[in-house]
Amino acid sequence: MSLMLEPSPEQLKSQKVYKEMGLSDEEFAMVEKILGRLPNYTEIGLFSVMWSEHCSYKNSKPVLKKFPTTGDKVLQGPGEGAGIVDIGDEQAVVFKIESHNHPSAIEPYQGAATGVGGIIRDVFSMGARPVALLNSLRFGELDTPRVRYLFEEVVAGIAGYGNCIGIPTVGGEIQFDASYEGNPLVNAMCVGLIDHKDIKKGQAHGVGNTVMYVGAKTGRDGIHGATFASEELTDQSEENRPAVQVGDPFMEKLLLEACLELVQSDALVGIQDMGAAGLTSSSAEMASKAGSGIEMNLDLVPQREKGMTAYEMMLSESQERMLIVVKKGREQEIVDLFSKYDLEAVSIGHVTDDKQLRLIHQSEVVADVPADALAEEAPVYHKPSAEPAYYREFQTMENDIPAVENYKETLMSLLQQPTIASKEWVYNQYDYMVRTNTVVAPGSDAAVIRIRGTRKGLAMTTDCNSRYMYLDPETGGKIAVAEAARNIICSGGEPLAITDNLNFGNPEKPEIFWQIEKSADGISEACKTLNTPVIGGNVSLYNETNGTAIYPTPVIGMVGLVQDIDDVTTQSFKEAGDLIYLLGETKPEFGGSELQKLTYKKIFGKAPELDLATEAEYQEKVLAAIRSGLVASAHDIAEGGLAVAVAESLFGKTQLGADIHLTGEATTQLFSESQSRFLISVKKENQHEFEKLTNAVLIGEVTAGNKLQAFVNNELVLEEQTDVLEKAWKGAIPTCLLK
Amino acid sequence: MKFAVIVFPGSNCDIDMYHAVKDELGCEVEYVWHDAGSLEGFDGILLPGGFSYGDYLRSGAIARFSNVMKEVVKAAEAGKPVLGVCNGFQILLEAGLLPGAMRRNESLKFICRPVELKVENNGTLFSAEYNEGEVITIPVAHGEGNYYCDDETLARLKGNNQIVFTYHGENPNGSLENIAGITNEKGNVLGMMPHPERAVDELLGGADGLKLFQSIVKQWREAHVVNA
Repeated sequence: MSLMLEPSPEQLKSQKVYKEMGLSDEEFAMVEKILGRLPNYTEIGLFSVMWSEHCSYKNSKPVLKKFPTTGDKVLQGPGEGAGIVDIGDEQAVVFKIESHNHPSAIEPYQGAATGVGGIIRDVFSMGARPVALLNSLRFGELDTPRVRYLFEEVVAGIAGYGNCIGIPTVGGEIQFDASYEGNPLVNAMCVGLIDHKDIKKGQAHGVGNTVMYVGAKTGRDGIHGATFASEELTDQSEENRPAVQVGDPFMEKLLLEACLELVQSDALVGIQDMGAAGLTSSSAEMASKAGSGIEMNLDLVPQREKGMTAYEMMLSESQERMLIVVKKGREQEIVDLFSKYDLEAVSIGHVTDDKQLRLIHQSEVVADVPADALAEEAPVYHKPSAEPAYYREFQTMENDIPAVENYKETLMSLLQQPTIASKEWVYNQYDYMVRTNTVVAPGSDAAVIRIRGTRKGLAMTTDCNSRYMYLDPETGGKIAVAEAARNIICSGGEPLAITDNLNFGNPEKPEIFWQIEKSADGISEACKTLNTPVIGGNVSLYNETNGTAIYPTPVIGMVGLVQDIDDVTTQSFKEAGDLIYLLGETKPEFGGSELQKLTYKKIFGKAPELDLATEAEYQEKVLAAIRSGLVASAHDIAEGGLAVAVAESLFGKTQLGADIHLTGEATTQLFSESQSRFLISVKKENQHEFEKLTNAVLIGEVTAGNKLQAFVNNELVLEEQTDVLEKAWKGAIPTCLLK
Repeated sequence: MKFAVIVFPGSNCDIDMYHAVKDELGCEVEYVWHDAGSLEGFDGILLPGGFSYGDYLRSGAIARFSNVMKEVVKAAEAGKPVLGVCNGFQILLEAGLLPGAMRRNESLKFICRPVELKVENNGTLFSAEYNEGEVITIPVAHGEGNYYCDDETLARLKGNNQIVFTYHGENPNGSLENIAGITNEKGNVLGMMPHPERAVDELLGGADGLKLFQSIVKQWREAHVVNA
């Protein structure tokens, strides 16, 4: 019946129906030229999703080219489900980050849950066993009921999916700022392990081979999700709720186990997740990457609802589905394998040699388009870029030191800023221990999991300070990579590579495109210096609500290799009597800092400086000291500065305290957010060796006193009991939620 | 002694249970799929945590109809040790091998963190290696661990010393009388919400759960290796 409601090719053109699907007049003309005729409704649907920013990166491609994507250890760079890096012994780590921002803005639980589900599929579609999840979240300030609702439901959605499927959520970061009030960010990262021999690709090779559909049935949910993700949010976005998918983690658990059994079979040729743009992207991309074509009979697609049209089936983003290509004649083995998990595996088509994606529905050819045109030939736009006026103004400002009257009260306030405060309320809802490999749980600089059966471990983190990014996207980009690497180093790991999630506003605005370009420059330069190539990622543009953009937020997900599990180090001070060192220079840098935000309720000025050569040198020294067994604890000095870092190193060890002696201007010494700094504690017997290895400055000692005391120029300026500080830090987020 | 780890669709702590037994205890262990028709040859049965059948309907409510559950009941009746952890505990309740029921956590949120437990009864085959009154640290990770039973059942649990572990200090889920783990009347079936298999290696933060597994093995050896 509904077929009759579809506009004819002529109506499509004359009534410009394609515009509702996000295609421009020029793009429609390109499609007409590619086909040599007018496209029908189903065909224009295929082009509109495949040429959306979400699937084609048409606006961001010129920027993505800047990233270094190769290295001796990179086995798979961008372009497949996830990137792969060698970790020795014929093993490799597979990881990727992906956003689910728009769905989470209007249906936070399912939006976040399906974000987790999607990124897990990207990892196991490579043949890898997913072993850890992380996330990076942004919300408005926790002072409105709507933001509190989004925050609680996003966390519940992440927990609901990850806990049920049984992959530990081991780390992440959360920041709160008014710029995210209408457009929260939900970025999910998955890390997997694989043996080199099991690596699989999403390619449809071998003419005559069979295309099979496995997993959940196709329904009408998520139709045009990729298009919706490529538009700005408005007050009318609630109407797009049907574009949000619904997740079933139990189904995905079965699919995961079945697919990992499948990758051991030599009947398998290629496998790809049906993620954004579902059946369309998986079939077109698998054919295009292999230089083949695919013909599918849509009547055979398992359907959840009656009367679905070809258009609906091809554009559905129903979750927990995979498209696989298997050797002709081996289909029954696959059916049997999946039936063990109560899952369907259905032959729906075959590989052809004509490079076309051809779809048959009710005995008629309903679409016949070149696979390459969908997957590879989307237009690429070089958007105009313009330096924003605010940036020029900020760059002319002198460093401003906020006035502090009471250092203790200031520290207490900083510890209660939701961005700094303990995230225990969040991560206690995540099963971070399942699979029993979690060596460093959430709450330290980076999470660490062991690799069973070896001495090795993986350190992992997500990072991005979006305030620095807003003030100066190029420096901010460098800082994001450097800080992620610092977190890995402080945990005893050697940074391997990154995945990035570029969250920005509308790229059609020249000031926004400038932010994208500049931050990519910063990220690229830092990746080159720190030897951490970009092995994959995701772009999320149009993060605007009613015309106002979020802060530029290119989230960095980094994984490092811990050579020997004995190298694992945490941020917590260990024992009274240990010496406390500061490595790195402290300057009066408050642009974008927590203290500036607290004092002025806004941010301005220059972002903290970052010298990549210095950063690399310090990182190398700290890792060498850790590997020599000289370091008791190591912590990256970040938001809130040294005073916050010392306090955080005391938390969880209620009986400990610290005496800190500094010289210089007190506010700068305690709260500046200068980069490339490490807070390190060392046992007394290692003092000599440690000092030989680094030029860190001895600033104090861990005490048994349950009290933090800071002296500046020999004057006691701050004194408070550890448990009082910890209570404030732990209580801040629960208190915000009770308001 | 040879253990079976029962795997239901949606179990996800099966691997943890398997490695705890194999790597830390050094015993034989095999995964057994939910449709298995026999548990012959196994001396101890372990029902792991997870979300069997997605915990749709009610935790453990569908899993208890699995083919293998008839065999688990037989093993329990034969006096073999049967341990259900978390979702495994919920399945044992649904199967009627243990009394009572689970409600959602009082906070209505999933909770994952190490908690302190008090060993209330060290006279069971699961707890003999602990001291009575000993306080141990074992992680919990559940959304529905709020144990409940009626007064009569509670009186029976107390009278028969069936309450083996209680939460010490803060109760994470609001369970009746701080109950964390109970046995059946015979004492050979233990259900508990905390995860002893997650506490068998100091590298991961503690090994207080190891004695529970060691208790099972020691009791079994004393009973069976007489002729060796």
